[in-house]
Amino acid sequence: MKTFAELGFPGRLIAVEGLDGSGKSTQIYLLKRWLEAEGVKVYFSEWNSSELVKSATSKGKKRELLSPTTFSLIHATDFADRYERHLLPLLRAGYVVLCDRYVFTAYARDVVRGCPMGWVRGIYNFAALPDLTFFFKADLEVSLNRILDGRPKLKFFEAGMDLRLSPDPYESFRIFQGRILDQYLAMSSEFKFITIDANQRVETQQAEVRKLVNQRIDFDQFRRNSPLPLPPPVRRNGISKGKASDEGEEDSAA
Amino acid sequence: MKRSKTKLIVPSRSSRSFYGDGIPGVKPDDLAGKLIVVEGADGSGRSTQIALLVDWLETRGHATVQVGLKRSTLVSEELERAQNGNILSRTTLSLFYATDFADQLENVILPALKAGFIVLADRYIYTLMARDMVRGMDITWLKNLYGIALKPDAVFYLAIDPAELVQRNLAKTATLDYWESGMDLGLSRDLFDSFIEYQTLMRLAFRKLQRTYNFTTVDGNRPVDEVNAELQKKIEAVLVGK
Repeated sequence: MKTFAELGFPGRLIAVEGLDGSGKSTQIYLLKRWLEAEGVKVYFSEWNSSELVKSATSKGKKRELLSPTTFSLIHATDFADRYERHLLPLLRAGYVVLCDRYVFTAYARDVVRGCPMGWVRGIYNFAALPDLTFFFKADLEVSLNRILDGRPKLKFFEAGMDLRLSPDPYESFRIFQGRILDQYLAMSSEFKFITIDANQRVETQQAEVRKLVNQRIDFDQFRRNSPLPLPPPVRRNGISKGKASDEGEEDSAA
Repeated sequence: MKRSKTKLIVPSRSSRSFYGDGIPGVKPDDLAGKLIVVEGADGSGRSTQIALLVDWLETRGHATVQVGLKRSTLVSEELERAQNGNILSRTTLSLFYATDFADQLENVILPALKAGFIVLADRYIYTLMARDMVRGMDITWLKNLYGIALKPDAVFYLAIDPAELVQRNLAKTATLDYWESGMDLGLSRDLFDSFIEYQTLMRLAFRKLQRTYNFTTVDGNRPVDEVNAELQKKIEAVLVGK
């Protein structure tokens, strides 16, 4: 697997990963505000947010219709929809795309739910790797307390209740999150996660994030007024005939 | 008093497996029933053949269940909506169909097989794979995705010449279906030409799949009864364990 930069995309993708309550969403939001202020073309995409797939997902969750396999597949569908319809075109147009959770969330969650790792990774292998992945690592207790302090009503799948870890949703949530953390840590070096100590103050973390982004990304290339980059070559595979797809492209360009 | 025949065939147990890792927690050997798949394009006579088979099997004392594509509780509505709007890209549509398949596999097919039913599947993963192959998806990716599927006891592919398919579809609905014509591929702006070209591509994809998945091709150009007689004979062999 290659990153978008390695594949010759003019855009860059930055992903944040971490447990619920690790503060990653706050951090990526603040990063977005900064990039916008810098005049960078930026787009934010959230896990599980594709409009069309959402209604199926929420029905599945509400009625507890999801098994580990369908849970995995429906999230992959959601991801593919956002990937093909938003992420790819934006990255070809030279945007900086910010993703609150990326394929690693599926790698961690689905495997904890019992799906084979090779199967899950195989499904997501159409997606390129982020150019930067921040992993917000808080002590398990810290993340748990951020979520649980308010004693919120935990949703069935959120608490991992489908795994029958404990009849108590709070206990189930603790065990579930602990297992997800183990999965994240196990893949951290393989995918070159940049680990941010999420026990620190918001500003301290954000300063670290901004410093790293600034080092890795030359903003001048991604500003609104920068010239349109040349499109990278389109990847083709499978058995579809060249003729067929050429005509298809012509149609869509017309 | 003349007695009717009451002795029934109890299907023999076969060793089963999934194509890949299968479904977490499901042991294939617990599945006593039989899974029979009928594949083929719209107009190939699939539904007619399945209806006749259900009739035949039930008369002979076998409990049956029917499944098909796009019938899951989980996503069938959304899938229908997506298709009508033609707004999904190929990977998304592929995964959406896989979700629909997985939901039916887990909630209908596997429980029915466990209970000893004969499950008749009006299309299975092969149609889904063939459609995706024609749309340029990677076959290795598809094989991994459908590693969740159970290997059926028999798969019949009703092969029909595209020219005959056109006739049957037009006789039935007086038009050609957008998706069955592969109009999303932009093969031709002409529905008729596109249908012929798409169905030819689908046959090629099925032929390619046949090498891996080893299904039985049945000549569907023949009269209904003749085709059904062939299916019955082959299914009977499956039930008694060949």
